[in-house]
Amino acid sequence: MSREPVVRLESISKSFPGVKALSDVSFDLYAGEVHALVGENGAGKSTLMNILGGILRPESGAVVIRGQSYQELTPAIARELGVAIIHQELSLVPQLSIAENICLGDLPTTSTGLVDWPEMRRRAEQALLPFGLRADVMTPVSRLSMANRQVVEISRCLARNADIIVMDEPTSSLTSNEVDELFRIILDLRSGGKSIVYISHRLEELRRVGDRVTVLKDGSSVGTRTVADVSAEDLVRMMVGRDIVADPSLRAATIESSERLRVEHLQWGDKVRDVSFAVRAGEVVGLGGVVGAGRTEIARVIFGAAPDSSGKLFLDGQETQVNSPRDAVRAGIALVPEDRRGEGLVTKFSILTNVTMAYIQKSLSWRADSALERRLASGAVKTLSVKTPSISQVVGNLSGGNQQKVVIGKWLDTDARVMIFDEPTRGVDVGAKQEINRIIRSFASKGVAVLLISSELPQLLAVSDRVLVIYDGEIVDELVGDRLTEEDVVYGATTGKGRPVL
Amino acid sequence: MSKDFAKLWARYGTVVILAVLVAGVSVVIPQYFLTGSNAVQILLQSSITILLGLCELFAILTSGIDLSVGSVIALTGMATAMMMTRGVSVFLSILIGGAGLGALLGLLNGSLIAKTGIPPFIVTLGNMSIYRGLTLIVSDGRPVYGLPTAFNRWVAGYLGPVPIPVIISLGCAVAVWFVLSRTRFGRNVYAVGGNPRAAWLSGIPVAKTLIACYALSGLLAGIGGVVITARLASADPLAGVGWESQGIAATVIGGTSFFGGEGGVFGTVMGAVIMGVIVNALNLLNIQSYYQQVVTGIVIILAVILNQSLQKRSLDSK
Repeated sequence: MSREPVVRLESISKSFPGVKALSDVSFDLYAGEVHALVGENGAGKSTLMNILGGILRPESGAVVIRGQSYQELTPAIARELGVAIIHQELSLVPQLSIAENICLGDLPTTSTGLVDWPEMRRRAEQALLPFGLRADVMTPVSRLSMANRQVVEISRCLARNADIIVMDEPTSSLTSNEVDELFRIILDLRSGGKSIVYISHRLEELRRVGDRVTVLKDGSSVGTRTVADVSAEDLVRMMVGRDIVADPSLRAATIESSERLRVEHLQWGDKVRDVSFAVRAGEVVGLGGVVGAGRTEIARVIFGAAPDSSGKLFLDGQETQVNSPRDAVRAGIALVPEDRRGEGLVTKFSILTNVTMAYIQKSLSWRADSALERRLASGAVKTLSVKTPSISQVVGNLSGGNQQKVVIGKWLDTDARVMIFDEPTRGVDVGAKQEINRIIRSFASKGVAVLLISSELPQLLAVSDRVLVIYDGEIVDELVGDRLTEEDVVYGATTGKGRPVL
Repeated sequence: MSKDFAKLWARYGTVVILAVLVAGVSVVIPQYFLTGSNAVQILLQSSITILLGLCELFAILTSGIDLSVGSVIALTGMATAMMMTRGVSVFLSILIGGAGLGALLGLLNGSLIAKTGIPPFIVTLGNMSIYRGLTLIVSDGRPVYGLPTAFNRWVAGYLGPVPIPVIISLGCAVAVWFVLSRTRFGRNVYAVGGNPRAAWLSGIPVAKTLIACYALSGLLAGIGGVVITARLASADPLAGVGWESQGIAATVIGGTSFFGGEGGVFGTVMGAVIMGVIVNALNLLNIQSYYQQVVTGIVIILAVILNQSLQKRSLDSK
């Protein structure tokens, strides 16, 4: 590629008070290229892309787009130049229709100044044409799946003639079929001459769509490589600066303890259908399956967070009524929910207040004991090695992995007998992933019955002693021993049948 | 501007505003403003606003609002007065007709909000009208006079140099401070306001917490109803019209976030006193009361702009 790059970021430095976010980072992007950007959370990926998008201004360095250097890039100018950033949380207005979202900010009007609906419909249909989205453009976005919302977001960028497209973790909420579809779209865009920056934590994805990859670590660029020439282990080493063994099995040798949790005939509408299973003390049982198979819903039923569900629940052989999360917490069941910012944390509160939120529900005193709470929070920060200057740090300012540790920290001192982890490592960097896996196992080794929901097969298989495969709200397979393989999980998760033993 | 400064400002910014205000007014009208009796006067005038601010604090901390407080003040004041004129003892009238009824009216607000999911704005707007209507019905639209002098002396009198309404409202402020910062319930209030979903999934009884917040708001408004009735030595069915806005203003000037989960008693009391100082100064300057409303409005908006820009800076500097 000897041509002039479309985008050249030269020696960019940027600091926030107290943090050097980027130092001397260079990055370039050619037409018809997918350039992946990887690095642990907090490595500076978002900062770099916000500089490209004109949202942040660098202290030094240059942003060069199509040969011209821009000193005072604003979001408006960046958009004018064809830069579009698709954030992890999409920027669509769910209540409005597909067509309105695509034309948002540039609604076509008639000569009298009223909204020109036919023109809007025409534009939206044209924008969606390349993507094969079979939905009426007047459908509200809220009725679309996450994947289709992403399609709308991408087509909106294209409708605005964007040709430099940044995608920040686009696959984090997609099922594997949807990921395939997204990759097909990305490759189409690439062959159409668009330039794409692809940010992801999932290294295997880079191999499928990336041409080159740049690794950021602690605000500096570790290097840029051609994807074909670099192995996943190389990338991980570049990212964390140390060798990581690919998810070693953390399984316990044997478990000969008594049954801690038993559920019978759990039922919740058509999302959970006649689910029965048991977990022993010290055992980690994984729930495998595709996103939307009903795993999260099973967790909700057990945790009492599923109104109008039915079924029986036994804790240490004793039937227990759990009709609300409060009942669950008091009975010793803990949940680390899927959506940590929306459901796990109060992001504007400190670590201290978040950690003690669940604990104080179980304490007998109506008085809040601040000395004790500080001790608990410090203990949790230490036990889980949360990286933070102090326990009064606002949780919203922590990285994803550290936020997740705070959510887990909530339950450390509640004497939980059952812990449920729902996608505990989503959006968490590689190093923190390993730590969280070990934390999950450490709960088990203390005799807790653990239920682990994970869409990351290596994690599911490394951490679980046993895996139940869920398909369409039902348990379709139970995997132990030699059958704990990716093939077996995927077979059950996609076919709804147990894989025949050869 | 450092993050620490923003933090300090969030806590003590209202003190700075108050100090600047007091200094400014002292320079303009030193002879009347800076006297002990005038300070007492300001506190007395602020006492109802403090109570109203505490009401709104409970509602706004849970990202709600209580529009019914003005009507609760009227209805509880009326009930207390009518009980006393019908021979019920002063103590029982205050306990049942004032505090008890107030808590009950608030409980109704809270139950509707927590159980039906209707936004607090709508529920309390409806109840504002209902409670006002009930006050007019029971009183036949006429004020009630002829209250026992003991009532007036106990509630609106002086303890040494200090007016009892000031003691009541500051006492309530201390009690609310204790509840919010030293009890589990208080912690839960902040959590429910900060993120109700996360609070629910942590085992916090979200519905009960909400109901209790509105009941406490009603209780404090009931106390306000008793105080205002004693001060005026009569119960007016039109007492407290529009007073909810004073309470909201005190809370907001005091730095409480409308998004819930942030704010506190100290700021709210300061907010109420700041408004009291402004009104007092304008009075001393012989400025027509119509202008007072304009000035109060400007102060509310300026205070929130200041808070927001400081908060934004503290977020940017993460």
